[in-house]
This record gives sequence, C-alpha cells and structure tokens, in this order.
Amino acid sequence: MARAGIAGEETGGPTRPGLEVGIVGYGAYVPRYRLPTTEPARVWNGCRAPQPIRELSVPGLDEDVVTMSIEIARNALTRAGIAPKDVGAVWVGSGSHPYAVKPTGTLVAEAIGAAPATLAADLQFACKAGTEAMQASFGLVGAAMARYALAVGVDTARSRPGDTLELTAGAGGAGFVVGPAAESLAVLEGCVSYVSDTPDFWRRAAAAYPSHAGRFSGEPGYFHHILEATRALLHRLGAEAGDFAHATFHQPNPKFSERVGKELGFSRAKLRAGSLVDRIGNAYAGSALLGLAAVLDVARPGERILAVSYGSGAGSDAFSFRVGDRIEDRMALVRPTRDYIAERVELDYAMYARHSGKIARG
Amino acid sequence: MDGARQWRTRAARYSLLGAYCGRCDKPEFPPRPRCPRCGHETTEFAFSGRGTVYSYSVVRQGPDGFADQVPYVVALVALEEGPLLAAQLTDVEPGELRIGQPVEMVTRRLRDDGPQGTVLYSYKFRPPRGWQTAPSG
Repeated sequence: MARAGIAGEETGGPTRPGLEVGIVGYGAYVPRYRLPTTEPARVWNGCRAPQPIRELSVPGLDEDVVTMSIEIARNALTRAGIAPKDVGAVWVGSGSHPYAVKPTGTLVAEAIGAAPATLAADLQFACKAGTEAMQASFGLVGAAMARYALAVGVDTARSRPGDTLELTAGAGGAGFVVGPAAESLAVLEGCVSYVSDTPDFWRRAAAAYPSHAGRFSGEPGYFHHILEATRALLHRLGAEAGDFAHATFHQPNPKFSERVGKELGFSRAKLRAGSLVDRIGNAYAGSALLGLAAVLDVARPGERILAVSYGSGAGSDAFSFRVGDRIEDRMALVRPTRDYIAERVELDYAMYARHSGKIARG
Repeated sequence: MDGARQWRTRAARYSLLGAYCGRCDKPEFPPRPRCPRCGHETTEFAFSGRGTVYSYSVVRQGPDGFADQVPYVVALVALEEGPLLAAQLTDVEPGELRIGQPVEMVTRRLRDDGPQGTVLYSYKFRPPRGWQTAPSG
C-alpha cells in the first residue's frame, strides 16, 4: 500500500508563523582533522580503491558537541550583531550530546552570555535534530515569545569500527539566530515537516554505536520524507524548482542528495554551493544546517534558497528563504564555512581511533 | 578542581570574563571582587580573547584527567588588554609555535572525570581561525 502524501492537502497548518521571521545571523564550524576514507577501507577490507566520500571531518581530542556549539553560536552572534542577553532560547539539536542527562543548551547559553533569562534545551531526532531546533525557533519568535532564538545542529557522528558508517560519519554543524524579518539577512517564506515511524537507524541508550537497517534507508526513509516535505512546501508556496537559486538537502552521501535534487528538478549547479559531503562526510544533525550556511556564504540579495533535512526515525523539514540586502555586510563578519573546511590536518586510522574514542584504555 | 569551584568559576572559564578596577584603570584575570593592588571594588570585564604567546612548554606526561590529550602545549598568553594568563593551546602542533604568535580564545574540554563524573570546559587558545578574526577589509 502506498503511503499517503501531503503535497495536495490544504490542511497541515500554516507554512509560517504569525509574525514574519527570518535568519538574523548564522555560523558554522567544522573541526580541522580529516580521515581519508581509504583508511577505514584499508584497515577493515584490505581495499585501496577510492570510496564514494573522499574524507571525513574528525573532532580534536578536546572537542565535542558542547565546544562546537559554542563556536557556532559565537559565529552566529557575531554575524547577527545582537546582544547575547537578547537571545530568548538556546536550542541544540544533536545525536551526540556529551551527557545523557544534563543539557548542552545551558552550557552554551552560559558561554555566549545568554543565561540566565533564556530558554535552553537539547533536541534529539537523529539528523533532523538541528532543523527541529530551527522550526521551534521560528515558532517562538513568530509568536512574539522571544525577540531572538538560537538554533544549533551539530554532531560528532559515531560509527562502529568496521561498519560502513565509518566511510561516511563526519563532524561539524551550524547555527542560526532567528529574529524578526525586518532584521533578517534571509526571510523565512515557509516551512513544512513530514514525519513517520520508520526504523532505518537507531541507537539504544547504553549502546556506543548506532545500528541501521539498510532496507529502510533509501526509498522508505530518505527519499520518501524529503520528496514529500519538499513537494508539500512548494505546493503551499505556489513555487517550483526554477524559482530557487540554490537548494541543499541532507547529505548522507553524494548520491542521495544529487538524486533527490534531480527528481525535484534542481540542476547540479543549484546544489553545488551547499554540497559538502565529499570533504567532511555526513555531519548528521549538522549536515543540512552546514549546507544552508555554505549557501548563505555565497547567496545574493533577492535569491531564494530551499533547504531540506532528513533525520532517521524518520522525518524531513523543508524551508524556503528569500535572501535580503543585509546578507552582503553580515557574511563577511566571520570566516566562511569553506575556510573551516579548507584547513585540514590528515589523520591515519590509528589517530582517528584515538580521536573518536574507539580505543578503550581499561 | 571540585564541583563547587567549577561552578563558581564557570563564567571566567567559558568566556574569559574578568574584572576591572576603575581606580587603577586595569583589567584583571582571573576576576577578583577587589583589586589586588588598591583594594577597590572591581566590575565585570569581558576580554576580547585575543593575545600573543609570551612563552610555552610541551607537556608529554599529563597529570590525572589530562593524560588523554598529551602531548599538549601550555603557554603564557599575553592578553591584548594586558594580563598574562597560563592556558593550554589547542589546534596547533608544537613545531608550528613561536614566541609572539597571535592566538584567540576558544572554549574546549579541559578535563574529563570519566563516565560517572563531569566534563570540565575551559578557555584555551589557538592560532586565529574563526570567530575572533573577522577580516577588516
């Protein structure tokens, strides 16, 4: 039985909040260490052939989701040019928070100077956790419950030694200061979420590494949710692919995002600015947000941007933005995403195993 | 560092929040409620996070809680606003370092007390890379 689509439905809630909102500032972060994927392929399969993704970003020995979120937040606040005390929510979406119980959000709020008069919490939804934080931020600011909200999506993606995820799992993320449209560098035109209970990827609380069911990863997972969310958004906006200058989709590998772009009518040129997977891997909850940050680094006033996440379990958030004049001044205030990606210190598999905590010392 | 001290010093550790003496016209780090020179009451002071390496040493045998990060660099950093501060450097190989090297503050994991304990986050410094280094032109 085919699953229900929502593209043609007129119900499902408004596509934007009561007040006009947008992105006031954005920031990205990618750690400087890189693992060429030929390394895990050599160690576990004796294979020397190039892999679909060239290399993966790997956190430093003193990095985790908290430290990366803080740098992302500082970058976003610098571009926003607002006082940290005016941030009314600090929401961090990730699948690799350092604590199971004790929020990343409060630590980030303290570090950037937003505490104590702010909401702070962590969100969990596999690779969709970051865009879920964006949806919540747009809703909060759009309901006038806060002037600004900070949404971060970031991960230090885990993979079982020898698993195929070792050829894809990266680290990094991005964050957005959400605020009134009048102050925004990109105004939200609309957003749609599409979720279902799909068992494609999971990690139980006590498990060190995630498990995945290949049967559900492609068609019932990634493609179904992204296509449904995007088609519903385009329908509600009365828009089509040709109206957008850039599109960026969650990137678990290079093929999936290219194929979904093609099915929706986006040329490869329109995906180029946000395509980062070949140089950093799949940053999980950071992936779609990093793609959007990289697009904003090159966006011009008047352009429209489509950004769509996918998180296992499963769901997609689709956003449409219209870029405003403020982009030109704000993007130059912080080094662009590509500069973070360009700086690289190569690791072999042994050092990667140390960096990613895969060597137990008793 | 015990839990109460970690909690008390969090603002200074996460974001290099110091103190300022209006009478001496000098910023201080770490922050003290009264100026160590004149005893005048201080006010909060946010350091820029920019500085230079005054001197440094490479630690190859770290104490408990730090062993997972060896080898690492401990430096005296001359903050742009004046104070000299002992701190770890990060994202740098010892061979790349020189006296006078510009550095910027980042917040990183300082120590980890294991699965039953907490993680201590603190300022460290690195060669300029990100949020402190907006191009001027």
